[in-house]
Amino acid sequence: MAKRNMLQAINEALDTAMAADEKVMCFGEDVGGFGGVFRATSNLQEKFGKARCFNTPLVEQGIVGFANGLASQGSIAVAEIQFADYIFPAFDQIVNETAKFRYRSGNLFNVGGLTIRAPYGGGISGGHYHSQSPEAYFAHTPGLKVVIPRNPHQAKGLLLASIRDPDPVIFFEPKRLYRASSGEVPESDYELPLGEAEVTREGSDITLVAWGAQMEMAEKAADLADKEGISCEIIDLRTILPWDAETVAESVFKTGRLLVTHEAPLTGGFAGEIAATIQEHCFLYLESPISRVTGLDTPFPLTLEKEYMPDHLKIFEAIKASVNF
Amino acid sequence: MTTKQRQDVIHEAKFMDGDEFHIAVFKLLQQDGTLYDGAKAPKLDKEKALRIYRAMLFTRVLDERMLAAQRQGRLSFYMQCTGEEAAVVGSTAALDDDDMIMAQYREQAALAYRGFSVDEFMNQMFGNEKDYGKGRQMPIHYGSAKLNYMTISSPLATQIPQAAGYAYGQKMAGQENCTLVYFGEGAASEGDFHAALNMATVHHAPVIFFCRNNGYAISTPAVEQFAADGVAPRAFGYKMRVIRVDGNDLLAVYQATLEARHHVVKHHHPVLIEAMTYRLAAHSSSDDPSGYRSKKEEEAWREKDPILRMRRWLESKKWWSEEEEKSLQEDMRKDVLDTMKRAQKLPPPTLDSLFTDVYARPTPALKAQFEQLKAHIRKYPEAYPKSADRLDDTSLDDTRPELEDSTNIAAKGEA
Ligand SMILES: Cc1ncc(C[n+]2csc(CCOP(=O)(O)OP(=O)(O)O)c2C)c(N)n1
Repeated sequence: MAKRNMLQAINEALDTAMAADEKVMCFGEDVGGFGGVFRATSNLQEKFGKARCFNTPLVEQGIVGFANGLASQGSIAVAEIQFADYIFPAFDQIVNETAKFRYRSGNLFNVGGLTIRAPYGGGISGGHYHSQSPEAYFAHTPGLKVVIPRNPHQAKGLLLASIRDPDPVIFFEPKRLYRASSGEVPESDYELPLGEAEVTREGSDITLVAWGAQMEMAEKAADLADKEGISCEIIDLRTILPWDAETVAESVFKTGRLLVTHEAPLTGGFAGEIAATIQEHCFLYLESPISRVTGLDTPFPLTLEKEYMPDHLKIFEAIKASVNF
Repeated sequence: MTTKQRQDVIHEAKFMDGDEFHIAVFKLLQQDGTLYDGAKAPKLDKEKALRIYRAMLFTRVLDERMLAAQRQGRLSFYMQCTGEEAAVVGSTAALDDDDMIMAQYREQAALAYRGFSVDEFMNQMFGNEKDYGKGRQMPIHYGSAKLNYMTISSPLATQIPQAAGYAYGQKMAGQENCTLVYFGEGAASEGDFHAALNMATVHHAPVIFFCRNNGYAISTPAVEQFAADGVAPRAFGYKMRVIRVDGNDLLAVYQATLEARHHVVKHHHPVLIEAMTYRLAAHSSSDDPSGYRSKKEEEAWREKDPILRMRRWLESKKWWSEEEEKSLQEDMRKDVLDTMKRAQKLPPPTLDSLFTDVYARPTPALKAQFEQLKAHIRKYPEAYPKSADRLDDTSLDDTRPELEDSTNIAAKGEA
């Protein structure tokens, strides 16, 4: 094991995947010689050549359209979208094409070999075009998988699993944690399962569900709650689509309470989906209404970013309100 | 209406080659400040020439100071126009001041030319309570309705088809105006660019598409951006007028844009201008170009400095001198520094600015979230220092007077 930050872990995953299978190709804006604006693809061009790791022209719909074609041919395409905010020019290719390739052709063709990586989320003074969390848009699209890691160890294992998964995956990377989060990462080639949530802390009074960078907020809030004698169980959803309702429901059977937190706006956010499903499964076990701590129903601001963020204090208050309901 | 398409016929599989297109570069002014043999300077009186020069010089000074401020940690982010001042000011100066400008982000020189004040620049960059954008966007995302300068949006190329639409609206409203839209050669790869050219020619929009071909899109050199001879030849595919111009040659850019403006306003038919220039600075304050290009390459372009070239021309006409240059530079530096200090001290926008302008009137959900957030901040004032001490000044009521004229102030020409 070696200590790695999240960027290094992602770089290692890409390196591992490319070394193990020559069909794997990485591309996107500035991905080639420069190694990407965040340096996630550093050294890959040097190692694997310009034909397998390359800069694309500046056109997201082109990147994903090209990737769809490449993956349908049987290659393994790992496309980078420079910021999740700029994935929308490729929305049509992703939602209408990537997601439906297998279904519409009766499985004659598929783009299972496609993984789209994109840095997402706020907390970096990025204003509203460098801070969005667009997972809910894609979670509404059957045929896609949506994965978000919380730390370097998860990032490497989940990315390797995404690249090798038989379905197309959108892999959102919490850019606030790119350098801020570090930890032990095995040097070996390993995969973590998609579609499975992970219970990262056991507790008895309330279940907190989060993903990506928001996991850190949930943990801090749980620490505060702990000091008040409230025991939180924390679940990292890891895969937003398809999501692991069973693990969440089992936890709620035990704790009787649920709080879901994400950075994206409240209305239409993925917390709503979780709340509806859990309410259906666990209605008779719930001791308080399911609570959501999320971004505001506004675009992401710059100057008042702190106010906007669903931070540990907001989660802590919601935990107390739920427990004292 | 159906257009007649020419149907010339051949009986031999004779392919035309994309490589056959090469577009020459229009140049007037040499680096030593004299005109090329046979070149004629456009009509430019002393007053206008100096207005142009001041805007270029101010932009250089602003860039130097603000990059330093970013390095000192006063500012989160900055982008320089350095090296491209002639391309930007030369084109803006050829417009009427009430023509619309839609910029990409690196065109602060255009705003400077139009008269955006140092205070206005600083308020935006520091996202304080006087920022027109209410502290919502990163530094350099300026906008001014008063100066007909559409507020910058970060997603690249989105402004290009919008410019076609805006220009069409100008035509329909009977205005003798046009819209000029700036973008980089990188952004010209986006689908929006191609959509824009097509819409504009089909619907006869008085728009000038102005590409700053500065050689790089972040780290990606132009040769990895497109295989063709730059951006200009694409105009043929849309049946559009096009010119390629030396972007470091103020006189050439000015004249080309002047003629383009005349054409688009008179014939309602768009024009594409490709200005060949060089991004002398890093892409942004977060970028380090030494990772992808050589100092030698940069130095070669430094010798083509557009400001120096313009200055030599002014001096040759006896319109400008060493002393004037020195004292103006000093004044500008001082002005930028003093104003920066002032702007930095102004308070941030109040909490309601998070919720206003999402819709013309705040929705019930927004009002509820505002109240909830206020209550939370009252509980933890020390955690939210930017807004905690001013909560009492803020309210979200939907009878605010400015709601009345919040739609399209640009059209009414007021700030
Ligand atoms: C749709 C979109 N994709 C990616 C980005 C990230 N990005 C910001 S600037 C830039 C390069 C732009 O290059 P160019 O258009 O040539 O203009 P220049 O910076 O050279 O002036 C990129 C890729 C973005 N802002 N928007």
